[in-house]
Amino acid sequence: MMIKKAVKQLANNIEEYAEDELFEFAEFNEEEAQRAGYSNYSYWRSTWKVFISNRVAAFLLILMISLLLFTFIQPYLPNQKSPTKIYNDPVTNLPIKNHKPDKEFWFGTNSIGQDLWARVWSGTRTSLLISIIVGVWEAVVGITIGALWGYVRWLDRPLTEIYNVIDNIPKTIILILMTYIMKPSMATMIIAICSFSWIDMARFVRNLTIIIRDREYNLASRCLGTPTSRIITRNLLPYLVSVIMLTIALSIPSTIGYEVFLTYIGLGLPVSIPSLGNLINEGRLLILNPSQRYQLIFPAIVISVITISFYVLGNVFSDAADPKNHV
Amino acid sequence: MLKYSIKRLLQSLLTLFIIITIVFLLMRLLPEEGYFGDAYDKMDEAQREAILKNMGLRDPLHIQLINFYKKLFKGDLGQSITFRPKVPVMEIIKEKVPYSLYFGLASIAISLLVGIGMGILMAMNKSGFWDKFGTAYVVIIRAVPAAVYYLFIQLYLTGLFKVPMLFDIDKPKTWILPAISMSLGGIASYAMWMRRYMVDELNKDYVKLARAKGLDNKKIMVRHIFRNAFVPLAQYLPATILFTISGSIYIESLYSIPGMGGLLVEAIKRQDNTLVQALVLIYSSIGIVGLFLGDILMALFDPRINLQGKGGAR
Repeated sequence: MMIKKAVKQLANNIEEYAEDELFEFAEFNEEEAQRAGYSNYSYWRSTWKVFISNRVAAFLLILMISLLLFTFIQPYLPNQKSPTKIYNDPVTNLPIKNHKPDKEFWFGTNSIGQDLWARVWSGTRTSLLISIIVGVWEAVVGITIGALWGYVRWLDRPLTEIYNVIDNIPKTIILILMTYIMKPSMATMIIAICSFSWIDMARFVRNLTIIIRDREYNLASRCLGTPTSRIITRNLLPYLVSVIMLTIALSIPSTIGYEVFLTYIGLGLPVSIPSLGNLINEGRLLILNPSQRYQLIFPAIVISVITISFYVLGNVFSDAADPKNHV
Repeated sequence: MLKYSIKRLLQSLLTLFIIITIVFLLMRLLPEEGYFGDAYDKMDEAQREAILKNMGLRDPLHIQLINFYKKLFKGDLGQSITFRPKVPVMEIIKEKVPYSLYFGLASIAISLLVGIGMGILMAMNKSGFWDKFGTAYVVIIRAVPAAVYYLFIQLYLTGLFKVPMLFDIDKPKTWILPAISMSLGGIASYAMWMRRYMVDELNKDYVKLARAKGLDNKKIMVRHIFRNAFVPLAQYLPATILFTISGSIYIESLYSIPGMGGLLVEAIKRQDNTLVQALVLIYSSIGIVGLFLGDILMALFDPRINLQGKGGAR
């Protein structure tokens, strides 16, 4: 008798419990979660934490953000001069040539009387614009071709052969050839650099893709009938976010380097467009006169700060984006 | 090994063939005025046509290409147009080759010696002063455009060491700075890779075993780690050659060294199409040969590389 009663009560209790409490939503509680082994790990938060814990990187990041903002709002600030206008002396009406830096011309004037301060920032804008276009192109084309190259098996051989051919030619020679046969302009420069810059990226993505391609979860995905395009975009590309960021960051120093190189050998942008390469080249012609060396030193400092910052930022970020470095 | 070498050689030849053809076709895209130099304005239409026809430029494209190859095999790359009119370009280039060769070899030797030494120093002194110093050097050299530091070296170091700013064949003192400047990039990449490979090796089991046996650190570094870390480094030899090529273009014209790099800059400035074409071909052949040698070296050094393996990629 007693046992029967007890069992009945227990069954009642369970029924009640199941209806009321079993399916209640659980509130997220970090302490509880820790105890149960749940982790609220977020990839991006960890990446950011690791990145920002590097003090040099944090400093450079702030420096570059402010420099970028400044570069783009500089022409709209009060009292700014035009980068291409030739300034004349109000008394003699002659151009103010090779004027030393002072209150009026903060970085001095160049050999035909243009304001170097305005030219440096205008040049930075031009060079950054080219770099960003090249970087985005490199990321988009490099990743598309690289992902296909690694994922689609029959494409492997032809693309590898094409890669071997292009990779065997010195890059500077491709650059020289391309810019030599086209008229000097921004488009020429961008096309010339873009023509080969994607190839290393594609190669890298291909290797990464081949490593990830045959993992179990991809096999499962394929067995369930997921189309290739979806596997590539959903299962593979998330691995590449850090690579994309690194590519764009590193394309800035390398593109500025190419631009300076091309300008130096006489295939750069037309002299009417201020760019960092043109400024270095103009400054170079005056180095024999020590009092005019400021025309080389100012652009050189700006170039060095920008290229070193982006190089370091790109590398620190790519280390931070590696989950192995997350604690 | 032999099979691999032959396959790699054929690949290089194919690349060379493709490049020569592309260069030839691209050069045909240039405006025809380029073939006359300064004489363009003095001639009328009929004279120009006659000259173009005489040069074979009115033939169908494939015949032009075949003729171009025929001449190429005889070592004839055409005549200079504006740089030294009517002089065969091979003659001009021949005078320049020794300078480029000496400076190029010197700079490759310096890059190898100093770069590897620096890499070992950095790895042995991991996170110490030399490591940080070396890393800073590598970052600066790899990030800042080469022209900038080349210019500053020429500007300030020539003054500091009291040597003339320009190259002078009779003054050996003036050879030093250009050779060193040319090797800066190579030093940076060797130091970086050497350090990375040595640090990778440091954590391997055989190193732990050697430590456990009580070998001293120096011996482990030189006898064990260095040897293993050196193998993958062989593949960067061609990269150094490529570095030296672009370095030589800057350095030779900065210091007015009468080499091929300076000649290329000059030819571009004077719009001398045949000379540019010849130099582009020579430089790309050097690059291809360099990469070929690098791959063969790599295969010789490292018995672990499976040459029969599929994949085809380097």
